[in-house]
Amino acid sequence: MSGARTVPKKALRISWSDPRFRAIFWQIVIVGIVALIVWYLVGNTNRNLAARHIATGFAFLGRVAGIPIGESLIPYNPAIDTFGTALIIGILNTLKVALIGVVLATILGTLVGIGRLSGNWLLAKITGVYVETLRDIPLLLQLLFWYALLQGLPAPRNALHVGDFIFLCNRGIRMPTLVWESADTWALVAFLVGVAGTWFWNRHAHQRQEATGHRPAVWPIALLLLIGLPLGVWGLLGAPTAVDMPVLHGFNFQGGGTVSPEFFTLLVGLVLYTATYIAEIVRSGIQAVALGQWEAGGALGLSRGAVLRRIVLPQALRVIVPPMTSQYLNLAKNSSLAVYIGYQDVMSIANTTLNQTGQAIEGIAYIMAVYLTISLSISLFMNWYNARIALVER
Amino acid sequence: MSQTTVDAVADPRMTGARARPPIGSTGPLGWVRANLFGSWWSTAVTLLLGYVILRVVVTFFLWGVVNAVWTVPYSPQGIANTAACQNAKGIGACWAIISDKYRLILLGRYPYDQQWRPAICVLLFIGLYGVSAMRRFWRKELALIWIGTLVLVGVLMWGGVLGMPMVAEDQWGGLPITLMLATLGLACAFPLSVLVALGRRSTNLPAIKMLCVLYVELIRGVPLVAVLFMANVMFPLFMPQGVNIDKLLRIQVAIILFTGAYLAEVVRGGLQSLPKGQAEAADALGLSYWKKTAFVVLPQALRLVIPPLVNTFIGSFKDTSLVLIIGLFDLLTMGKVALSDAPWQSFSTEVYLMLAVIYFVFCFAMSKYSRGLERELARAHRR
Repeated sequence: MSGARTVPKKALRISWSDPRFRAIFWQIVIVGIVALIVWYLVGNTNRNLAARHIATGFAFLGRVAGIPIGESLIPYNPAIDTFGTALIIGILNTLKVALIGVVLATILGTLVGIGRLSGNWLLAKITGVYVETLRDIPLLLQLLFWYALLQGLPAPRNALHVGDFIFLCNRGIRMPTLVWESADTWALVAFLVGVAGTWFWNRHAHQRQEATGHRPAVWPIALLLLIGLPLGVWGLLGAPTAVDMPVLHGFNFQGGGTVSPEFFTLLVGLVLYTATYIAEIVRSGIQAVALGQWEAGGALGLSRGAVLRRIVLPQALRVIVPPMTSQYLNLAKNSSLAVYIGYQDVMSIANTTLNQTGQAIEGIAYIMAVYLTISLSISLFMNWYNARIALVER
Repeated sequence: MSQTTVDAVADPRMTGARARPPIGSTGPLGWVRANLFGSWWSTAVTLLLGYVILRVVVTFFLWGVVNAVWTVPYSPQGIANTAACQNAKGIGACWAIISDKYRLILLGRYPYDQQWRPAICVLLFIGLYGVSAMRRFWRKELALIWIGTLVLVGVLMWGGVLGMPMVAEDQWGGLPITLMLATLGLACAFPLSVLVALGRRSTNLPAIKMLCVLYVELIRGVPLVAVLFMANVMFPLFMPQGVNIDKLLRIQVAIILFTGAYLAEVVRGGLQSLPKGQAEAADALGLSYWKKTAFVVLPQALRLVIPPLVNTFIGSFKDTSLVLIIGLFDLLTMGKVALSDAPWQSFSTEVYLMLAVIYFVFCFAMSKYSRGLERELARAHRR
């Protein structure tokens, strides 16, 4: 195509010996076959739906759901709220477990990946055993195993406890929560201001360094802005420390915050499983950076931490990020295994809705739409990040 | 560790007391010092981990061996009396459930006196994997071996010939189902994935390319549970009235379509990593597209993708466990079925451990093989 001479474009001939004619012919044939199959299936589906008296459409979203939902990030009452609300709760629950899972799996995976390269033989071996074992056992089996273990915990009455405030029983984990007051809100605002301030100060420091070669210290200002400022605001507003403690009341606990056994199982299972893959990615990423890079950094007089941050990590990240993206995608998709242990995510609520309303096609469309959107968002974000850290070649 | 020998060889004059390195820098003691107690940080890690590992091993040994219940008495009606297990709950394992249920879990509800047939099928599958792993069988005849084995498995499972009574699909279960779903999934998805990968790479067929991209991205964007679910709920709607497709077949088709999308990306990777000169040389020789693809491009590209192909197979082997949701009796579902028997209900840990060991043995063997192969191919490439 990029040759110096371009071949003059010839008119399309209706002849078997013209490759362009053949290409068009075959495309028409194949697209025609696919269209025929789709037409046949759609026709069958319409007839089947008519025979079963199922009306297609999303009108059912406005009907009262009546399905009990154990945990929800938004207020929900099965007696009044609609299927639409229930399905939104499903999305929120999926996002909740996927987001927390991604963060925890990244942390654990990175630690384990570094652990496998440790000079300590025992640490290297034990992390190796962990990675090799858990990645070769189906995630579903692991989830069922953890769930059965949690179910086998004692009842709330004789719950396992850490001190007198964290309780572990077959109804999940109970822990104290802070009673949220306006002082806390202001402290949060102050923290966000601190984050912005740190960012600006860091940029300023960077510009000074570029201009003068001297870099003003960042960390004391950052410490002041990120910790001092919120603490100060919180203290000025009276430092409220009211805590909602879980108290055993009859057969269950009252007060405090709960982590449900379903959520806990799913999170632990997803994190432990995905972390094995992330660990391998991190390990190979670090190993991909040549030892000479460390030595060269040291020869320039950089500290070990600076070499890691400014030389090794940026190069390792280039190797790490693309496969990491697919692991994040896998984690988000694997969160659909929630349906097996009764955590009410997208799949689970769609399943219930589908059984109650018979709206199979709409239910499947909803599931597909949600997961495709999540997958696409993760892909887009990670591609953006990847482009940001990619090697800028001349 | 080999430092002493090297020094001794390098300098034969160094004998006697002076040549001896200080105690504690070589030998087992030196190794321990270097690898376990190299620094205060390493020492702390070793002590902490050592303590935790020791606790775990001792606890597991007490639970799994010392306090375990290996057999339970049966009533004259053949009902197990699991009181001993119930008493040991929490302190000792109940391995009696394994000896009671292992045939049910491994071979499902297949007629008891005919269970040698699924057992042979399992061996056939393992033999098939073994043969496929050997490089001297990597040629066209391998496809015939696969077809032959799969036909033989079908004959053995269904029966109805050679004096073997007919056994319907709904009585199949356990390991043969798991192996069948995974193996047939790969065998049928592979040709599909090659076609899709070629279609996605084609430059002059935009409509076909778009279809292929749509298929691959749609399937890869949704979880397998959703696809299985779809196969279970939507498939009956797609079929003309009165036509009922067996559940096993429906799920098999879903797994093939799912695996096909992932395999297509693997194959595409192989096609992409092949130098362009190969295809151009074939063009220069005047080969047609199909001849070029069949004799020049694919034989080289497919060789490159064997390790990721094995990894995809491992993934789909593990993923077959998800058929639990639609009640197809694979290995995991049979484990759940075994646990639904009233006297044994509370001994899930033991059953799950057994299942974990079975899955692990298969997956670990395959991943070990795939990594060895990867190293070997990389070496050949470097040369």
